[in-house]
Amino acid sequence: MTSTVPAAEAAPAERTLFDCRDSWAATIAEVARADERVVVVVNDSVGSSKLGGFQKEFPQRTINVGIAEQDMVGIGAGLANGGKVPFVSAAGCFLTARAMEQIKADVVYSQYNVKLIGQSPGVAYGDLGPTHHSIEDFSWLRTLPGITIVAPSDPDETAQVVRWAAEHDGPVYVRVSRMGVPAVHAEDYTFVPGRAVTLREGDDVTLVATGTTVVRALDAADLLAADGVAARVLAMPTIKPLDDDAVIAAARETRGIVTIEEAMVTGLGGAVAQVVVENHPAPVRSLGFRDEFAVTGSAEWLLDHHGMSPSGIATTAQTLLG
Amino acid sequence: MSTLAPLEKNAGLVHAVETTLLAAPDREIEVLGRVPAGASRAEAVAHLRRAATEVRRRAVQTVGAAGAGHIGGEFSITDALVTLYLSVMNISPAQVEERDPERDRIVLSKGHAANALYTTLAVGGYIAPEALRTFLQPTSMLNGHPARTKIHAVEASTGPLGHGLPIAVGMALAARLDGSDRRTFVLLGDGELQEGSNWEAFMTAGHQRLDRLVALVDRNRLQQGARVADTNDLEPLADKLRAFGWEVVEVDGNDVGALLDAYAGVPAASGKPTFVLAHTDKGFPVSYMRDDVAWHHKVPSAEQVAQALTELDAVLASIDTEEEVTS
Ligand SMILES: Cc1ncc(C[n+]2csc(CCOP(=O)(O)OP(=O)(O)O)c2C)c(N)n1
Ligand SMILES: [Mg+2]
Repeated sequence: MTSTVPAAEAAPAERTLFDCRDSWAATIAEVARADERVVVVVNDSVGSSKLGGFQKEFPQRTINVGIAEQDMVGIGAGLANGGKVPFVSAAGCFLTARAMEQIKADVVYSQYNVKLIGQSPGVAYGDLGPTHHSIEDFSWLRTLPGITIVAPSDPDETAQVVRWAAEHDGPVYVRVSRMGVPAVHAEDYTFVPGRAVTLREGDDVTLVATGTTVVRALDAADLLAADGVAARVLAMPTIKPLDDDAVIAAARETRGIVTIEEAMVTGLGGAVAQVVVENHPAPVRSLGFRDEFAVTGSAEWLLDHHGMSPSGIATTAQTLLG
Repeated sequence: MSTLAPLEKNAGLVHAVETTLLAAPDREIEVLGRVPAGASRAEAVAHLRRAATEVRRRAVQTVGAAGAGHIGGEFSITDALVTLYLSVMNISPAQVEERDPERDRIVLSKGHAANALYTTLAVGGYIAPEALRTFLQPTSMLNGHPARTKIHAVEASTGPLGHGLPIAVGMALAARLDGSDRRTFVLLGDGELQEGSNWEAFMTAGHQRLDRLVALVDRNRLQQGARVADTNDLEPLADKLRAFGWEVVEVDGNDVGALLDAYAGVPAASGKPTFVLAHTDKGFPVSYMRDDVAWHHKVPSAEQVAQALTELDAVLASIDTEEEVTS
């Protein structure tokens, strides 16, 4: 046997990549200055949430419970009861997997105004292994009635979502990505919860992406355009509630839909497929992780390895065109 | 980076790996194996100290080459790992391979110290030293936290903190149901004890009087981002464990001789489970790492790796000298 472990597909060299945690950290401090109800609750995750500066500025409003995620989320619910606006910030894997019952019962069922901030989600911790992957979060959380789930795709959108979450009364889960992403949205872009954003018009096929995969979908659309295929690119920052209308329009107006997510395909893929099947049956292909624990590898390598390189996405889209 | 041919046979890994290789270490580790039967205490201590130093020499080079790892907490727990695998436990590569039901069990609950575990397994002859060059590389069996499905010697997959102790309680209960004298060892971080699951398991083990269960806490006083005492304090830790029905033994956890003595008292005459409160230093014994929280997951530069190797080689030399004096 000889080995072929290809390197991650190179991103266009001129792009500046951002760690969305920087944008989260700047914005939560800005929000806290304006609204004294805002507090953060962390699990020994001041550094990994990039909250060192926040802690210096707001020592009283930084509640570090130590390595105790269930405690952390329950405390968030109690703080919300007292009229605070808690941003509970921890690695997405531990926040969701460890504290799932607290999220379900204490926060969402009780409709407490808690913001759950999943740091370094998806496969950001790719080489640390499946215990540290947070690819189940979309699937698990979208079963909970009344939670809003958002995965911003660039720094500006991250900032807008944090500001919106602070204003919104109700439980919210936000993914804050660590994997480098370029700015993908236009300067005048405004985040609207529950609304898809058409980043590229096209009537041959639709690419629906969220979070870190949006830029990959745009690159795939470029590859498809070179082959004469007009791909519509929908950025879907809000996984729940889903923009059903945008999905149904895509099913009606194009020849099929490819969903792309840094998550198990039962997340965005499952949500989109259900809307399509129930409203306007059309071919759907879901790219993401499915029914296996991912092998060791960096985040970029894992996305490429699981068919989410630009060329991998384009190849899948081509299969819908027959 | 070059490409690794499939490891011969499976070398203790569940699948042969095909992956890229990290830079080679300055020299391959010595596969020292267990303390020889009939060794005197001084000989056993020298063997274990040498093994622990071999592990640290190799582990620091792995982290440097991979550009990631948790070297501070690996260095604090290395002495406990080596003492268990190479002396205290009834375990061998053959027993692991054959799944001998009577083998002692061990769980590294602070799974982020995986590199120290992998390297200890290599020094003990459980996995091929060459496999260490695949740490964190695409498709490697050696990801950042130990996986039971990837390495024969790993009894439980860990990484999320606060899981190992409940699993160990289950292992100890199974041994009791079998009427077996086999022992179960679990290695915990001190920050890790903030997880409530541990306290549920401490209660169960105390209630069940699991006298062949040994929980060691790596009391290095630091967690990921700060000191434990400044985050969510554990003290008075020994009193808490006594109140939960445990026998508490306090030792210098970076002294293999002291660790041997602590384990020699198991099972305790009281019939209680044993809690080894192992006082350690994160980063031990490297001067620039010791007791500095930054080294939780900081990656040493090439110069820092070289500096660590110089200090560790001085330890090896001192072990040689002491042996010459005593023999
Ligand atoms: C459930 C869970 N929460 C958070 C983490 C992230 N994390 C990894 S290591 C660590 C600090 C552990 O401190 P300690 O137990 O004292 O380990 P040591 O000092 O021995 O490295 C944290 C918070 C984790 N692995 N699991
Ligand atoms: Mg510690």
